[in-house]
Amino acid sequence: MPTLIKLAEGRFSAAEDVFADVADEDVLPDGPVILSLTRFQADGDALVSAGRPVGVRIQADEAVEDLAYDLPRLAVVALVFPKYRDGRAYSSAALLRQRLGYAGEVRAIGDVLREQAGFMVRCGIDAFAPADGSTPEGWAAAAGRYRHVYQRAVDARPPAFEERG
Amino acid sequence: MYRYDAIDRELVADRAAEFRGQVARRLAGELTEDQFKPLRLMNGLYLQLHAYMLRVAIPYGSLDSRQLRRLAHIARTWDQGYGHFTTRQNIQFNWIKLADTPDILDELARVDLHAIQTSGNCIRNVTADPYAGATAEEIDDPRVWSEVIRQWSTLHPEFSYLPRKFKFAVTAAAKDRTAARVHDIGLVLRRARDGSLGFEVIVGGGQGRTPYVGPTIREHLPVDSLLSYLQAILRVYNRHGRRDNIYKARIKILVAALGKDEFARQVEEEWSKIEASQADLPDTELARIRAAFTPLDFQTLPARSDAFEAARTASPALARFARNNVKPHKKAGYAIVEVSLKAPGATPGDASADQMDLVADLAERYSLDDVRVTHEQNLVLPHVKLDDLPTVHAALESAGLATPNINLISDIIACPGLDYCALANARAIPIAQAIARRFEDADRAELIGELKIKISGCINACGHHHVGNIGILGVDKKGEEFYQLSLGGSGQEDASLAQILGPGMSADKVPDAIEALVGAYLAVRQGEERFLDTVRRLGMAPFKEAVYADAH
Repeated sequence: MPTLIKLAEGRFSAAEDVFADVADEDVLPDGPVILSLTRFQADGDALVSAGRPVGVRIQADEAVEDLAYDLPRLAVVALVFPKYRDGRAYSSAALLRQRLGYAGEVRAIGDVLREQAGFMVRCGIDAFAPADGSTPEGWAAAAGRYRHVYQRAVDARPPAFEERG
Repeated sequence: MYRYDAIDRELVADRAAEFRGQVARRLAGELTEDQFKPLRLMNGLYLQLHAYMLRVAIPYGSLDSRQLRRLAHIARTWDQGYGHFTTRQNIQFNWIKLADTPDILDELARVDLHAIQTSGNCIRNVTADPYAGATAEEIDDPRVWSEVIRQWSTLHPEFSYLPRKFKFAVTAAAKDRTAARVHDIGLVLRRARDGSLGFEVIVGGGQGRTPYVGPTIREHLPVDSLLSYLQAILRVYNRHGRRDNIYKARIKILVAALGKDEFARQVEEEWSKIEASQADLPDTELARIRAAFTPLDFQTLPARSDAFEAARTASPALARFARNNVKPHKKAGYAIVEVSLKAPGATPGDASADQMDLVADLAERYSLDDVRVTHEQNLVLPHVKLDDLPTVHAALESAGLATPNINLISDIIACPGLDYCALANARAIPIAQAIARRFEDADRAELIGELKIKISGCINACGHHHVGNIGILGVDKKGEEFYQLSLGGSGQEDASLAQILGPGMSADKVPDAIEALVGAYLAVRQGEERFLDTVRRLGMAPFKEAVYADAH
């Protein structure tokens, strides 16, 4: 079972990924699943009603606002980084947390590299499927590289102007 | 000027330490060039034709003498004794060894300089009026807002992987010295009729393959809403800007595709959903930053300096320098002095380590420790007493820095071109040198008056040829360098894009063509009309005729 890095209460640790990442053409397995937005819109209601933990995979060109109504029922929103250079999912994460009030797991999947850890955490992502074999320790070191931040973001870090206060 | 405190310093130090680790991993073979490339590009380190090039940020083109001396030291120690000031008010070192870069970044960090976000698809160094805090024209100090944007955009978690690079310009004067209308975002400070301070927000200007003069999407944005509004613009761009083709990924393409009105509507809609208290700076922080730019310790001086007037009468060279390179200051008895990096035969924007040291000394002694870099690739001593002008001029002259050609025909912008750049199709520097030599006669240059020539060695337009009064674009034609001339561009408040004059020509024909254009202009100009105004009045025909007559 693939391993994730999860952030909880300021600590990064390895966690088993109990969700099956289901492609649209796959037969639906038992247990917790992560579906595409399209498949979720077709099948999600039945699965959630049956008590199954369900997550949704949001591609970089899909709008998280489309999930707004369903968010309270979702266990995971998995944001796809098709390339590390593609920064759309940062906006998606920030919107999920700040505008849509989503409190469940926001997971980064795809081309997820250690160098992005700090930005991801600041945008409210709290689970990571690294593509570079990073360990929780390496991830924590990268995420904590900077002692200060200049701007407010989703995380609770005080920006420089508050530190100066 | 803004002084770093411990927080600013620790952030830069953390960055330098991070990069040291990344370079070590690269040198040890733990990272391939492919893996390392995005990391070095986050730190301004490019691989050019012959060596690595390191681009150092000069926030809004503002330096103190200590910083400029450190740049000289870097040029001397790790480069070939010179640096190149760029059209974005930064400096580039062209001959850097990868293994030296961590030490260079440490040296820079000691004087609060760095290379953060000088490359990559992120928010780059903010361009600001190089006369900020010195010109009477400005209604507010654009450096305050440039510093606000600098801090906000530094390591911005949401906007560090944009579709493409992103450049701001901020000005507060009617005369635009930042090319605000050809930036991704141009911010022009204005006062409304009720006296309130706001920004005209121009979005989607740019040069490159698809040049646009940017449209205004908001006439008057209250200044204290700046960051929430920028967040809205950047978010719309980050989500909807094209990522399938790097040549169509700048915000100008999105603005043009949606249309100005629809783009503005999307921004306003996004803005309306952003919680201002989460996005905008508190007034206390604005006040803190503003206080860093409080007016300097100017003396009360008479508006006229007898010493300067006498020296000017006695020295035609000083008189000429004063006419072209000395600009009015808001304080009586002071002047703004432009230091030309365009001596005939020189590479536009290059300064030797010795020249940098000299300018640093002059800044410390005569300009309240303040130096600026202009986007036209010159330096500025913004606060020189009229009484000191003769001394400053003499010192500059001794170092080859007193060329009296600001805004004249030999004050040319040129990109590094094929002499350095891996993207270039043709050389730009030798063309600039040849034109400057051709028009070396200072009397003639003054007679011709304001004439901005801008040269790019490829379609990416780093030399701003689209906004040249005369633009020159180098192209590759079956292995030979060819140059395409265009006329009528302006990057200033009256921004316009230059139009192609006619077929391209080989390098040796370019100075003759410029000569023909100038001849045609002088023959038909009315009164004090600038070259640009004559082109606008008469169109291309007389100029086309002058350049291509022989070809008929």
